[in-house]
Amino acid sequence: MSLRYLKDVVTLQLDEERCSGCGMCTQVCVHGVFAVSKSIAHLVDRDACMECGACARNCPVEAVSVRSGVGCAYAVWKSWFRRKKEGGEVGSACS
Amino acid sequence: MGWREIGSGRVARVATDITLPDRLGGWGVRWGINRMHYTVAAGLYAVGQPGSQSPVLVSANYKLTFDQLRRELAGRDVWLLLLETFGINVWCAAGKGTFGTLELINRINRTGLPTLVAHRTLIVPQLGAPGIAAHEVKKATGFKVHYGPIRAEDLPEFLDRGMEVTPAMRRARFNLRDRLVLIPVEVVQAWKPTLIICLLIVVVCALAVRDFRFFSLLPVGLPPTVLYLVALLAGSVVTPILLPWIPGRAFSLKGAQVGLLSAILAALVMGSTWKVADLVALLFVVPAITAYFALNFTGCTTFTSLSGVEKEMRIALPVIILAFVVGVVVWTVGLLT
Repeated sequence: MSLRYLKDVVTLQLDEERCSGCGMCTQVCVHGVFAVSKSIAHLVDRDACMECGACARNCPVEAVSVRSGVGCAYAVWKSWFRRKKEGGEVGSACS
Repeated sequence: MGWREIGSGRVARVATDITLPDRLGGWGVRWGINRMHYTVAAGLYAVGQPGSQSPVLVSANYKLTFDQLRRELAGRDVWLLLLETFGINVWCAAGKGTFGTLELINRINRTGLPTLVAHRTLIVPQLGAPGIAAHEVKKATGFKVHYGPIRAEDLPEFLDRGMEVTPAMRRARFNLRDRLVLIPVEVVQAWKPTLIICLLIVVVCALAVRDFRFFSLLPVGLPPTVLYLVALLAGSVVTPILLPWIPGRAFSLKGAQVGLLSAILAALVMGSTWKVADLVALLFVVPAITAYFALNFTGCTTFTSLSGVEKEMRIALPVIILAFVVGVVVWTVGLLT
């Protein structure tokens, strides 16, 4: 039994050169994408990323980047039509 | 309820027991009743008799969240700081930014929290992290954000351990129960496609029998209506329940498999008198509808990414639409000949 989504699609990037090894990303990630070893964070399970953006927002040295958003078909659907009209971003549909 | 007197005024005290109205309200929102207006006032609350050393828990002003949170805090003295998320849960509000750095900073200052507590630690749910930059909160207010467990049910253990988070408390979960509670809203929110499909069935059947009277339409229209309901349930009930056990990763693919099996089962149960065209149409339309509803469930899960859903939709939607149209055309032609 596994609940894993598509492979090789996420936009998550980690710049290990910038990383200060604070471990904040390992605390906020709900899918165990990061691990810190030798005082530097590593991507140990990149495909588990759901692009929530918690790591990037909480990285004090901006070593993590990700195009964050909600993995929701309805939100994507709405954004496709909104983008044509006003160039909006992909947001949540639950509001 | 009641009040907790503090130097400068008083703070509302909240009960930790869940009453029948709380349960009914919570049950209602799970069925989509009053779901977008189920709020409590944002601000500071007291649980028990908190003092200057008591922990401060941050959360959202969605009443369902608030109830689950206070229920876990029975017998404790803590402060609750509810942010204005307009009745949206912590995770979704964090994704939108309403459960955000600025709101937290403003709420800390407006409630006078810095004079109320001697320590400088806030316990923020881990699911709030997409909206909160801990280092910015620290810089602006002096409060250190300590990310607590994902689930309120882990709070007692977390507090008893001296605010230590175990690895299990940090991981998102999506077990059968988590999925089951989300299903009613999915079914209720399917009313729009349901209405469109029902209209389509009425129009096609009326064209076929050249009669708009209910009892003339009924024998022709009933089987496709029942099949639509089968597809709806297969996609928004059966697929979410069986999600981890259905092969594949794409939701539409998972849904299509359940849809195909449902279509075959339906044909075996009630299709003995159906024409070949009906059977062919069934094998196209039912999996298409099921795949559509399964795809819709992506937004309910705890593990799908925006990039992944975009990719899946770009591939799956054209296939779903094509299968649906082919099926409807075959069925219509079958009815007219």
